[in-house]
Amino acid sequence: MAGVSTKEIKNRIRSMESTKQITKAMEMVAASKLRHAQARVQNSRPYFEILYSAISDIVSSNSDFSSPYLTRRPVKKSCYIVIAGDRGLAGGYNSNIIKLVQSQMEGKDVTVLPIGKKAVDHFKSHGFSLLTDRYMEAADVTVGDCFSIAKQLCKAYLSGEFDEIIIGYTDFVSVLSQTPSTLSMLPVLTEAKEGRSCDIVYEPDSITVFDAIIPEYLSGILYGALCESRAAEQAARRTAMDSATQNADEMIADLSLKFNQARQAAITQEITEIVAGS
Amino acid sequence: MTSFSLKIVTPDGLVYDGQAEELIVRSISGDIGVLAGHINCVAPLGMGRATVVTDGKKRYAACIGGMLSVVNGAVTLVPTTFEWADQIDTRRVDASYEKAQQVLNDKTSSDTDLRLAEARLHRALVRRNVASNK
Repeated sequence: MAGVSTKEIKNRIRSMESTKQITKAMEMVAASKLRHAQARVQNSRPYFEILYSAISDIVSSNSDFSSPYLTRRPVKKSCYIVIAGDRGLAGGYNSNIIKLVQSQMEGKDVTVLPIGKKAVDHFKSHGFSLLTDRYMEAADVTVGDCFSIAKQLCKAYLSGEFDEIIIGYTDFVSVLSQTPSTLSMLPVLTEAKEGRSCDIVYEPDSITVFDAIIPEYLSGILYGALCESRAAEQAARRTAMDSATQNADEMIADLSLKFNQARQAAITQEITEIVAGS
Repeated sequence: MTSFSLKIVTPDGLVYDGQAEELIVRSISGDIGVLAGHINCVAPLGMGRATVVTDGKKRYAACIGGMLSVVNGAVTLVPTTFEWADQIDTRRVDASYEKAQQVLNDKTSSDTDLRLAEARLHRALVRRNVASNK
């Protein structure tokens, strides 16, 4: 006997098919966005590498000056910048980064600067103090915005409002793998390079140069993290949608089999009834 | 003229990678000219016109923010924005100029708005100046 009526199964198959179409379409959209985002990441990487190496050159060749940007202070207040996505349906992308950041925040006095709708919503509803909720759309944040954020944070750091600034973002390792990670922005921590004493002339002088470059460097990190996160989001969404499409395919195959079985059972039953009746 | 290797990198990508004979940029303390064999140096950039000389030909660009570094003869320019004179969108520059003027003429603008508008005006003027003598 057929457990479920053929009509019900047919309806389910139809609904699975429309779901599959949607996930397939989302996958393709994410794939095309991913290509753009990937190109952006590749374009922006050399900029940060050069900025970073310049900063560490200055730090390692200059032992005689100390900048407030370099000295560690006892941490009383921390500021976390958290970059998440604007939309869901991206696998664990949003929850992974939020989980990681929140586990690090435990026991600290934190202020959060969320970027992306999911991050803003999460930290707002969990009662964290927000620096601003202006950056609802991670996709719309420009280089200019990064600069104004960096300047604002530098000022807050120098005035003692925060003792450390940490950024949480998702590292775009490859199309298939994205890892949420955190990076300390301020104070600037660089590895001291040994045996590279180069005579560099600073114009006008090393402290001025350093103080001028730091905000630049921070906005560079911020923009880089943003590019990485955007690419990671699209990659995560593509993978999630790909597996959703595959699951739909599997379910459709399964249901079709059940449908055929039910239909066959109904026919057999009819024949039996006719034969028995005659 | 002897040439040196010059790299210009912005957040949007590599703008120039090759040989150049001379580079003039506006740093925060004034114009700096770089020829081959320059001493190692690092300087933050202001807003101004950059001149790159390759094969005896001068090319101008609007170069804003960032820094210049010379290490062992290799010159790297890391500006925030860098546009060659022929790539400047004059319509956008004019719009930005107008917008800045509006804020500056408005008596009710706040201090931060004024500062932003001033910077905007400065950038627009630099771009306009560069675009006009390409």
